[in-house]
Amino acid sequence: MLYNEPSPLEVKVVTRRFGKPDSEKIDTYLADEGYEAFKKTLTLTPEAIIDELKASSLRGRGGAGFPTGLKWSFVPRNTGKPAYIICNSDESEPGTCKDRLLMENDPHQLIEGMLIAGWTVRSPAGYIFIRGEYRYLIDIVDRAVAEAYERGFLGKNILGSGWDHDIYTHTGAGAYECGEESALLESLEGKRGIPRLKPPFPAVVGAFQCPTILNNCETFSAIPAIFRQGAEWFASLGPPKNGGTRMMCVSGHVNKPGVYELPLGFPLMRLINEVCGGMRNGKKLKAVIPGGSSSPCLRAEECDIGLDFDSIAKAKSMAGSGGIVVLDEDTDIVGLALRTIKFYQHESCGWCIPCREGTTWLKKILERYHGGGGREKDIDLIHEIAKGMFGRTFCALGDAAAMPTYTFIEKFRDEFEAYLQKSRPKQIPELALL
Amino acid sequence: MTFSPALEERFAKLLTSYPAGRTRSAVVPMLLYAQDELGWVSRELIEEVARRTGVTAVQVDEVIGYYSMLRRHPIGKHLVQVCTNICCMVVGGQDLFEHASKTLGVGHKGTTTDGLFTLEEVECMGACSWAPAIQVGYDFHHQVTPERFDRLIEGLRNAEAETRKV
Repeated sequence: MLYNEPSPLEVKVVTRRFGKPDSEKIDTYLADEGYEAFKKTLTLTPEAIIDELKASSLRGRGGAGFPTGLKWSFVPRNTGKPAYIICNSDESEPGTCKDRLLMENDPHQLIEGMLIAGWTVRSPAGYIFIRGEYRYLIDIVDRAVAEAYERGFLGKNILGSGWDHDIYTHTGAGAYECGEESALLESLEGKRGIPRLKPPFPAVVGAFQCPTILNNCETFSAIPAIFRQGAEWFASLGPPKNGGTRMMCVSGHVNKPGVYELPLGFPLMRLINEVCGGMRNGKKLKAVIPGGSSSPCLRAEECDIGLDFDSIAKAKSMAGSGGIVVLDEDTDIVGLALRTIKFYQHESCGWCIPCREGTTWLKKILERYHGGGGREKDIDLIHEIAKGMFGRTFCALGDAAAMPTYTFIEKFRDEFEAYLQKSRPKQIPELALL
Repeated sequence: MTFSPALEERFAKLLTSYPAGRTRSAVVPMLLYAQDELGWVSRELIEEVARRTGVTAVQVDEVIGYYSMLRRHPIGKHLVQVCTNICCMVVGGQDLFEHASKTLGVGHKGTTTDGLFTLEEVECMGACSWAPAIQVGYDFHHQVTPERFDRLIEGLRNAEAETRKV
């Protein structure tokens, strides 16, 4: 099911079957070149598959944007241990709602992408880690997996290749931290989702202490198209080193929020004005959060950029998970900063101190500030605490909390200062998330 | 403990879904699927999951505090979760939560006196482009206005009254 009208400006690669009747069924998939890419890779060596992926310049769609082919090349062979395939569908970064659509509308595309990964490292099994809130998707994906077994794409001696592979779904139970790959692996082992010390990276020591290919749901879903239509074609969709398209999840103050598949490098302002029908109620743009709530915001005048990993990084933010939050001139930045840090404080796993204490103190100070008890020196204090956390935590959650916080201060200091001048605003009710 | 045949089947599958000697992996899914059927995680359930997965009860117990969906107490028949994270907040999610609180007469994690509804303010649920969003049980509702919220609650109340008549 589609939840928003598609845009004529979209370039549909991973979403091309969305909206077709029975798009989640294997017959629909097979009638539309389904599993053809996998059949092609059965004739290729692992090196050839990885070279093709590298040539496609596909980069991880989960947040870090790491080159997928390179990631796969780190998986050691001949260790005597099995290698596992893990799909990260624990989608939880605020602003992001694409994996949900991929599993709901085209689960076979995901399975095919995972099969190609499985075949590359001759893996015995793959797991699709789905956040617990997406229960209805577990049923959809389970049905798709069962269909794939019936047609011989999973199970023993797949298509006569002599290779056996199983795929299972695994549910999370509510924890943002489990989207971090090593915490996800802990969770998969039945433990609290606490990040592991890296290195070793999951490619070498991952699921069940074995070599592992771990990618985001959208990353796996993009792989069949690469082997069907060629790495060169895929790479040419975006700017150099940023191959393909991306599902851009637009939310906030635009007329037509929605998830749109666009080539990497698509101009942000065209996304707002043409794809999303401009700003709501004719308001002016104040800021954009370009890659999920953890990415540093861009002020309106910084938004004249293309939406690819390198251009957004050049603007000192990040493409992250593809969650684009558009904010109009009336947005209360202090309130936004508070709500953002409340989220990260709630989700911090508590394992390492800079994150656990940092998010807690930032929340306390911002809560007081927002509630009308702010002091002038708080502005620098918030900035200093956030800067102090950055780069000093086990996993990226600490950075994810720090980056938006210090950026809000740096880019909207005037708004924080104006808050002090205002009469004490009404005390906001305690968001009793604890 | 005995469960429904469907849940027993799910459990049996879970116990063979992971590599040999890795049944601990089934702990979180078993707890969540069992909670769906029983409503909450009881002491008895913890011990049962521990027994079936071959780990200690404390190893099961320790994950419950970590995962926000697992709960140690029964709740109302319908769990109403309202997202107030930033994408929902900027288009009225916070106001919607306050409205929901007024309509139901309970606060965060409160249960109505008739036991029908438990309200919860939650973090991002993955419906950002169709905000503000709520989940009732596992069902998503997008672009929820206060009026739509009230109609939804009214509908569930009426359905409950009907079943009681029968």
